[in-house]
Amino acid sequence: MEPFGYPEPSGGRLDATFMALADPTRRAILARLAAGEASVTQLAAPFAMSQPAISKHLKVLERAGLISRGRDAQRRPCRLEAKALGAATKWLEPYRALWERNFRRLDGLLAEIRTEPLPAKRRKTRRKTR
Amino acid sequence: MTPAPAKRELQVTTNDCEIVMTRTFDAPRAAVFDAFTKPELIRRWLLGPDGWSMPVCEVDLRADGTFHYVWRNDADGQEFGLHGTYRAISPGERIEHVGNFDQPWYPDDATTTTAFAEHDGSTTVTMTQRFVSRQARDVALESGMTGGVAESFDRLESVLAT
Repeated sequence: MEPFGYPEPSGGRLDATFMALADPTRRAILARLAAGEASVTQLAAPFAMSQPAISKHLKVLERAGLISRGRDAQRRPCRLEAKALGAATKWLEPYRALWERNFRRLDGLLAEIRTEPLPAKRRKTRRKTR
Repeated sequence: MTPAPAKRELQVTTNDCEIVMTRTFDAPRAAVFDAFTKPELIRRWLLGPDGWSMPVCEVDLRADGTFHYVWRNDADGQEFGLHGTYRAISPGERIEHVGNFDQPWYPDDATTTTAFAEHDGSTTVTMTQRFVSRQARDVALESGMTGGVAESFDRLESVLAT
């Protein structure tokens, strides 16, 4: 039995997964791959980035298990590994859901704070409250 | 260039012994900072799942000052608490505290840094929770630790009892 009686879901891989997901370019690549497999050239097209730069991102995604590369030596098409992405999302979900609930309440409270004070003075530019 | 995260999109990531959360609010920094530090405001949102309230919310916002939160399940009266000490405060910008539950659920304290950054009238809050080990982090993550915890504590307690 592990200390605390609970084994980490999939070794250290989730760290690699979240590290990979923390980057907006890599998230955009995953979004593109959700529509179907693509070559490096195709993936690089929408970004102002060189192919080597894109290849680096792909390596990170591949190490995290989020994508796989085809065998075709010329194209090596990339495809999304939805299972890895799902495992990461599922693991974090209860934690995220809890905080999302908190932060939605906070959205409401902040809107209330903003509209509440000083109805007499109406200004176009918002003033700093402190 | 990294685009600012979309408003109200909660990002949760992990690295090493940390959990990092980022969320942008449609309000100036001073207001968001107040909401995180004034008891009368904290107890209105830091509640976790629906059905819980915060009968105790004490904040002594200064370095070495302490805080104490107690949550109560309004249906069955079950309570649990979180207490800690502020390590560093930069008013309106950054809070660092060390905290743990009143109940003996976790052997080690966790360090939380909350940073507030304003851009175009919106405020991005980045909360970084640092645990003593990856294992401790994972237990916390699994149970939904920090702040509005609760839901899975029964499950956690039964796990710790085995």
